[in-house]
Amino acid sequence: MEHTEVLVDWSRAQFALTALYHWLFVPLTLGLTFIVAIMETIYVKTGDEKWKSATKYWMGLLAINFAIGLATGIIMEFEFGTNWSNYSWIVGDIFGAPLAIEGLMAFFMESTFFAVMFFGWNKVSKKAHLLSTWLVAIGSNLSALWILVANGWMQHPVGMHFNPDTARNEMENFWEVFLNPNAVSKFLHTVSSGYVLASLFVIGISAWYLIKKRDTQFARRSIIVASSFGLITSIFLLTTGDESAHQVALNQPMKLAAMEGLYDGEKRAGIIAFGVLDTAKEIGDDINPFLVSFEIPGALSFLGYHDLNAFVPGIDDLVKGNEKHGIMSVSEKMQKGKVALAALSDYKTYKKEGDIAQASKALQTFEANQAYMGYGYLKKPEDAVPNVALSFYSFHTMVGLGTWFLILFLISLYYSMINEMHNKKWLLYLAIATIPLGYVAQEAGWIVAEAGRQPWAIQDLLPVGMAASNVASTSVMITFWLFAVLFTALLIAEVKIMLKQIKIGPEGH
Amino acid sequence: MFDLLTLQQYWWFLISLLGALFVFMTFVQGGQTLLYTLAKTEDERDVLVNSLGRKWELSFTMLVMFGGALFAAMPLFYAVSFGGAYYVWMAILFCFIIQAVAYEYRKKPDNLYGERFYETLLYINGSLGIFLIGVAVATLFTGGNFIVNENNLSYWTMQSYGLEALLNPFNVAFGLMLVFLARMQGALYFLNNVAVDSITQRVKKVVLVNFSMFLVLFLYVVASILFMDGLRYDPNTFVVSVESMKFLHSLMDMPILIGLLLIGVLSLLYGVFIALTKNAQKAIWFTGLGVVITVLVLFLLLGLDYSAFYPSLADIQSSLTIQNSSGSQYTLEVMSIVSLLVPVVLLYIIFVWRSMDRSEITIDEVKSDAHHY
Repeated sequence: MEHTEVLVDWSRAQFALTALYHWLFVPLTLGLTFIVAIMETIYVKTGDEKWKSATKYWMGLLAINFAIGLATGIIMEFEFGTNWSNYSWIVGDIFGAPLAIEGLMAFFMESTFFAVMFFGWNKVSKKAHLLSTWLVAIGSNLSALWILVANGWMQHPVGMHFNPDTARNEMENFWEVFLNPNAVSKFLHTVSSGYVLASLFVIGISAWYLIKKRDTQFARRSIIVASSFGLITSIFLLTTGDESAHQVALNQPMKLAAMEGLYDGEKRAGIIAFGVLDTAKEIGDDINPFLVSFEIPGALSFLGYHDLNAFVPGIDDLVKGNEKHGIMSVSEKMQKGKVALAALSDYKTYKKEGDIAQASKALQTFEANQAYMGYGYLKKPEDAVPNVALSFYSFHTMVGLGTWFLILFLISLYYSMINEMHNKKWLLYLAIATIPLGYVAQEAGWIVAEAGRQPWAIQDLLPVGMAASNVASTSVMITFWLFAVLFTALLIAEVKIMLKQIKIGPEGH
Repeated sequence: MFDLLTLQQYWWFLISLLGALFVFMTFVQGGQTLLYTLAKTEDERDVLVNSLGRKWELSFTMLVMFGGALFAAMPLFYAVSFGGAYYVWMAILFCFIIQAVAYEYRKKPDNLYGERFYETLLYINGSLGIFLIGVAVATLFTGGNFIVNENNLSYWTMQSYGLEALLNPFNVAFGLMLVFLARMQGALYFLNNVAVDSITQRVKKVVLVNFSMFLVLFLYVVASILFMDGLRYDPNTFVVSVESMKFLHSLMDMPILIGLLLIGVLSLLYGVFIALTKNAQKAIWFTGLGVVITVLVLFLLLGLDYSAFYPSLADIQSSLTIQNSSGSQYTLEVMSIVSLLVPVVLLYIIFVWRSMDRSEITIDEVKSDAHHY
């Protein structure tokens, strides 16, 4: 059941399109729900009505964002079935569980208390309302937890075994899936990135009010809350980012090599702080991968393996193999993978014929080579390499911007503490300009995570080419364009409505 | 803990329950199609939208949960049906994507397309969306054109990818039946939730019209189900064969379902009766109970008593049963433990619903709320 490349490309394009759109809205929700909850807590503690109106204002913007987040989110869940139906069978036994738990634990909490948060101001007590606001924040972050448990498992599959009779992977240990180090670091890194984005959003919009010299008290208060929150969470973002990179180094060395444009593995490998890739570079040739680059020596070894002298394998080592460091070549893995697939098919045939002896022999062969099964589907060794330029540039964009955000939080917290922020025009303009950069960093992060692990849907087990549904590529093409048009139309409306609400401001509420 | 079949049956029950609760929640969709029937002024319409606006997310979440539970418990169905009846499911999804933004954006200044546009989206979601869901559910009785190979990978045999289901009168009747049911339920919900006399006076006629249409279709659908051919599988060999009047036999085998079905139908009729005679606010609770029980029975009929709950029209042995399409024993066990949360979730939903709906919604309330839909 091989798929045509066209079908796989369209299926990937559609999933990428819907995921990137969805991701425009989720991080803001993750963070803004907490910022709103903090503001409402201050209101309940102090009884100061100004804090209440600040809470309500940011809540209003949250609602506009939340609605389109839901709209783009429902599609993601069902696309696993509609566009990745082989995937749904082959790993659904593990992957379906966190999705269902997400619905039960998180979505109901979010949607039930969301209604109280918006319409319950005069219907429930102050404390019950505050509790509802916190439950929305916790609920939205819990949903991130479960979806990232699912995603982390795709990057580093654990806690399951392959059942040759049902031809699928089956869960063996729920706790291993749940506490998968890759999932944990991914969850922490992702939610903290949401907190950072929400902080940038609040600071940027408040800066606009300061420039316009209106709603200044509201704006200053909002900036203090957001830059404190942003600073703390940025530091957290950095540490979780480091842990994420460490996990990539351990489990997805090819992805790490692509992220850094590293072709020849080395000890004391450096991080390219800034670089321009040479498009002429091919796997295995002697061309320097960079036209221009500035490198921090030893940093990659240290970040990846927490050891300055660690060997970091490059793309060439991983494709061609490197005996000295015990790395098997992709072509050897492909051979073993094909042996595994053939043995599995033999096993099925013998079992059907009732030849138990032959069947168990085939099963033994299968089990000996099972670890490389996914490689059996690849056509050539180079297929195991993700798009280097995409991985490299998005990774570096994300890291560079993340560093800038930390600096911005520091400066704006400092100036707002000494009550000088409103006089620093340059800083206010910078804060506004940083809002779109926050979104760029978010999307870049997803591109690194998802494009960087290609060709795998499930690392080493299942390439995307095998995971797609068996539908005509034209059908996927049609729905791709429908999504593109619909989501773009909704996005434009969303941005317009949001801008209008910002112009109306907190007093208009 | 429990044997595999028990777990599979338990999970089929949960999926059935979620399906039943979702159908109950479609009063939101039904209500969305009545914005210009029950309301004649803008103020009235705003009350209706805001009344539904406090509930729509719950119906949305119920649908998402229904999908999640199917994925976790019956992954082969998820793969075969979603990946095969591609156009139908995609159309359903589009109908729900547009719902999510419509409430929030309808009244906002600078919303680009205007109020009517978002009301149209609500109408499409409420009519086409529910109709297509009905058609998709009906194919559980009438079957789909799919083949499952020896590695449990599947494909659809027709290039219309599920749209061919629209040619079957039973499927169409089933879809329309759900639409009229949702509209009736929507009207009864407003009767319960809205304190605007001009609106409640119009409810009776809407209930009568939609109930009559529903009843005709319901009788046709039930009669068809009782007398149609069904698929039964052998519990030892798992070979599937055609059995005439399968669902009638299953009812005989499980008399408790007959009892439940009667309670469900009577409860629904009683709810309609008190709505028409007394304008009773609590009518929706009786019709609602009736809907939940009846849908539950229909789903249980599909999955239990060695039925194939998703017959294949292309290859009878590819048909799906709860035994050949479920998750592994371990996963079902884990998920069964997780399912202990279900009553907790239901309890807090009921608690919040009650505290938010202590008094009915009025025009003044909507007008005075800065954040209204």
